[in-house]
Amino acid sequence: MGKTKTILDNSKVFFAEVGDISYFTGRFFREVFKPPFEFKELLRQCFYMGNRSLLLVVVTGFILGLVFTLQSRPTLTDFGAESWMPSMVGVSIVREIGPVIIALICAGRIGSGIGAELGSMRVTEQIDAMEVSGTNPFKYLVVTRIMATTLMLPLLIVIGDTVALLGSALIENLKGEVSYLLYFNQVFDAITYADIIPATIKSFFFGFAIGLIGCYKGYYCSKGTVGVGEASNAAVVYTSMLLFVIDFIAVFITDIFF
Amino acid sequence: MESVNKISPVLELKDLRKSFGENHVLNGFNLKLYKGENLVVMGKSGSGKSVMIKCLVGLIEADSGSIRIKEHDITKLGQNELDILRTEIGFLFQGSALYDSMTVRENLEFPLRRHKKKLELKGNTETLVMEALTNVGLAQSIDLMPAELSGGMQRRVALARALILKPKIILYDEPTTGLDPITSKEIIQLMRTIQDTYNTSSLIITHDVDCARVISNRMILLVDGVNYAEGTYQELIASEDPKVQAFFKN
Repeated sequence: MGKTKTILDNSKVFFAEVGDISYFTGRFFREVFKPPFEFKELLRQCFYMGNRSLLLVVVTGFILGLVFTLQSRPTLTDFGAESWMPSMVGVSIVREIGPVIIALICAGRIGSGIGAELGSMRVTEQIDAMEVSGTNPFKYLVVTRIMATTLMLPLLIVIGDTVALLGSALIENLKGEVSYLLYFNQVFDAITYADIIPATIKSFFFGFAIGLIGCYKGYYCSKGTVGVGEASNAAVVYTSMLLFVIDFIAVFITDIFF
Repeated sequence: MESVNKISPVLELKDLRKSFGENHVLNGFNLKLYKGENLVVMGKSGSGKSVMIKCLVGLIEADSGSIRIKEHDITKLGQNELDILRTEIGFLFQGSALYDSMTVRENLEFPLRRHKKKLELKGNTETLVMEALTNVGLAQSIDLMPAELSGGMQRRVALARALILKPKIILYDEPTTGLDPITSKEIIQLMRTIQDTYNTSSLIITHDVDCARVISNRMILLVDGVNYAEGTYQELIASEDPKVQAFFKN
C-alpha cells in the first residue's frame, strides 16, 4: 500500500512538472512573436553563450575525434577495412556522436549557468523588481536565452564536428599515413544531405531544450541559495535526459524519411 | 511634509485574504492610503506584511478581496494594463534587488527603456538617471556595479530606481532592515526628502519602531493577518492594549 502511494505521488509530481514545462513552452511561443523585441539582449546572450562555450566545444571535439579514431582503428585493421575509417568516423560524428556529445557538454556549461543565474535572480527578488517596474522579465530573460541557445547550439555543433574531424584526420595522418586531402575527400564522399539535414534540425531542438529547461528551472526557483543549487543541478539532469529523448525521436523520424 | 488629503484613497485594500495551504496569512486585511500620506504597517516577522505588499502589486495573487489603486481594481486588469499601472508605483525591496549583472546606470535605465515615451518624461535618459541618482546622493557611483556598493548605497540606488519613472505611490518593504543605525537614519531622512521632492504617498512595511516614529502619519498594526490596531504613533504608543504595548516594548 505504502509503495503504491509513493508511486502515485511521484507520478503526480512528474505529470505536474510536465504540465508546468508545457505551459512554460506555450508562454515562450506566445511571447516570442510579440513586440517589443529584445534584440540587444539576444545578441548579448548569443555572444556570451557562444563565446563562453567555444573553447570547451573545441577541446572536447578534438579529443572526441582523436579517441574515436584511435579506438576504432585496431578493429578496422583486423578486418582489413582501414580505408573505411574516414567515412565511418565522418558519418558517425556528423550524424550522431558530434551533436549528442556537444549538446551534453553545452547542457552542463550553458544549461546549468542559466539555471543558476535566473535562480539567483529569483531568490534575490531581481525578477520581481523587473515585474513591478512594468517590464516583462519573461521576455527579457527567458525568451532571449532560449532563442540564443537555439541559434548558437547548431553553430557550436558545426564547429565541434569540424574540429573532431580534424582530430581524426591528424591520427590517420600520423598512424595510417593518409594525407589530409585524401581523408577529407573520403569524408565528404561518404556524407550526404541525409546525414547533414536531420543532424542540423536535431541540433536546433537540442539548443531549444537546453535553454528551455535551464530557464524553467531557474525562473521558478525557490528555497533560497539551496534552491539555486538545485535549479542548476536539475537543469543539467533534466536537459541531459531530454536530449536523449529528442535524439531517439529524431533518429526514429529520420529512419522513416531518409 | 505635504498635508494629507483624506477625500479619496489612492490605494485601498478591502477584506484581503491569502493562504498558503493550511497557513492562513491574511485573514481579511483592510487598508486605505491617502494622497500625501505616509502609512506604516507594522507587524512581527511572518505576520503577512510582505505577502500583503506583494499582493498589492500583483506579484502574489490574493485568494479574495479587492485591491484598488487609483480607481483600478488590479485583480481585474490584464497584463498590459497592470504593467502601465505599475509605472505609477515605486517599490523598494527589502534586499534592494539590484540587477547584479548591470551597472548602476543600467539598473536605472532598465525601467526607462519601455516606459519613457509612454510616460512622456521630460529630459533624455542620461538626464533622468543623473537626476534620480543626485536625489539619493550617489551621482558619483553611476558606473559602479552593485557588488561594489555598500548595503546602504545599494538601498539608495534601489530607491533611485524606484523613483526613476516618477511614481505617485511608493511601497517600501522593510527599508531599514539589515542596515546599521546610522545608515538607517540616513535612509529614513532620504525617504522624507523624497516625499517632499516627488510629492508621493508612501506605504511602509517595517518592524523598525524608530522608522515608524519618524516617518509615519498613521500606523496599522498587523496581527494574525488582520488590522489589530490603527492610529498615529502617539496614539498607539499610549495604548493600554497588552499586544500593542508588547510590540513597542520589544
